[in-house]
Amino acid sequence: MEKRSYLKELTKGIIKENPVLCLVLGTCPTLAVTTSAFNAIGMGVAATAVLICSNAVISLLRKFIPDKVRIPAYITIIAGFVTVVQMLVKAFAPAINNSLGIYLPLIVVNCIILGRAEMFAGKNPVLPSILDGLGMGIGFTAALLCMGIIREFFGSGTLFGMQIMPVQILIFILPPGGFFVFGILIMLANKLNSRAGKKVKTSPCDGCPMSENCAEKSCEKTAKEATVNAD
Amino acid sequence: MDTKLHVSASPHFKGSSTTRRIMLDVIIALIPASVMACVIFGMRSMVLIAICIATCVLLEFISRKIMKRDTTIGDLSAVVTGLLLALNLPVDINPLIAMFGCLIAIVVVKQMFGGIGMNFVNPALAARIVLLVSFPGPMMHWVTAAGAPKAAAIDATTSATPLAAEPGVYSYVDLLLGRCGGSIGEVCALALILGGIYLVVRKVISPIIPCVYLGTAAVMSLIVGLDPLYQLLSGGLMIGAIFMATDYTTSPVTKWGKVIYAIGCGILTILLRAFSNMPEGVSFSILLMNILVPLIERATAPRTLGYIKKKKGEQK
Repeated sequence: MEKRSYLKELTKGIIKENPVLCLVLGTCPTLAVTTSAFNAIGMGVAATAVLICSNAVISLLRKFIPDKVRIPAYITIIAGFVTVVQMLVKAFAPAINNSLGIYLPLIVVNCIILGRAEMFAGKNPVLPSILDGLGMGIGFTAALLCMGIIREFFGSGTLFGMQIMPVQILIFILPPGGFFVFGILIMLANKLNSRAGKKVKTSPCDGCPMSENCAEKSCEKTAKEATVNAD
Repeated sequence: MDTKLHVSASPHFKGSSTTRRIMLDVIIALIPASVMACVIFGMRSMVLIAICIATCVLLEFISRKIMKRDTTIGDLSAVVTGLLLALNLPVDINPLIAMFGCLIAIVVVKQMFGGIGMNFVNPALAARIVLLVSFPGPMMHWVTAAGAPKAAAIDATTSATPLAAEPGVYSYVDLLLGRCGGSIGEVCALALILGGIYLVVRKVISPIIPCVYLGTAAVMSLIVGLDPLYQLLSGGLMIGAIFMATDYTTSPVTKWGKVIYAIGCGILTILLRAFSNMPEGVSFSILLMNILVPLIERATAPRTLGYIKKKKGEQK
């Protein structure tokens, strides 16, 4: 782990391991709040703030949290930060609070945040964890912003509230349109990743985007056992 | 004559039915409906049909080129999709909206899922529903047909479809000949039935799906207290049952699968017509059943010769 540069921890979340488009985590807020670009930014920034803080604290406490109760402990820490963020948003940006509605407190159960705590912050020192949280947050916000811009532009003909298109294609702001835009963005992200460099498949874990941080490597083990048994 | 012996894998006898031939038959079967569309709504409907067909073929060509696959416009399936989509639109629709529908049908529903034979729902129907949801205003704007009863026209240019109209405005003959408002291809039930008979005679479609679909719809209308004949002749039920529900890719291959599929379509259509807040339910019900087709096929797969079904609780 020490060999990997800090910069890489930051940039991997943006395209290569983009939490929404490549790991396909946190799809619920992705589909629900991206009906406008402004909502998408609000959601992205709020989740990023929680992600950075919780990654930092979990990384600090990683030696004290007993392994058996780590998930409840992580959730408690995350919930604390979500409450703080929610209060701040309510106080300083009530409009965003109204438009995000229930999805703001639901950041607690956002799989990206728990996923990063489990996969990264629970095993790594503080600085890389913060950078990882920041990178993942930027990736999440960027993906949400892309979806928000596309859906708002076609669905309501506006961009950040400014009228641009005279016609509206309503389906883009309805759930089916959300799924289609999501699918097309995943397709583009895969295309970008496949161009960036082709991996040679050596173990069954290579196909899994979480293999790098996988503690168990159980899939690899079972695969090896299977080949041994077959011999 | 070639006297050399050919060595090749089976099949050694090939029938004359090709995709191109089948699609050509579907186009021939749709000619009466297209001609009636011109008679009822004027030459504007011919322009709309031309725009849709041209856009669909062009988009099919471009998207296959971009995806670096073989060109498939020769099999005429894009022409059928364009024609069906045009017949499902109101006559005064903005051509740009119609072209957007073609984009959805050909690029999103058909080519992104792998081209002909791979689409998970009927492309023309999916496009119609996307347009209906996206542009409810223009898509529900029905121009009065030539010869429609005066009581149907509230003002000079638009009228309700028979499904949304007061009972008693349209007679059965009006519906049969298409003297009513609606999409350009769906109004004349007689022309659609003629096309359907041609397809059955040419063995392009099996009569199971349309007959069971229409029968179920009639029984269901009786159950919920609607006039069965009026329900059958009005709206998109005829074009849906004959041309949309029978699409090869998106309907089951097994006989009992076809029956289950058609019954499902019929029940959903009448339920949507009677209890939903939209006047028409044909497209939604066929789309829903299209998605269920893989499950229906799995449930009705024929038994392999010699395979004995295990009884419950019996160990192997």
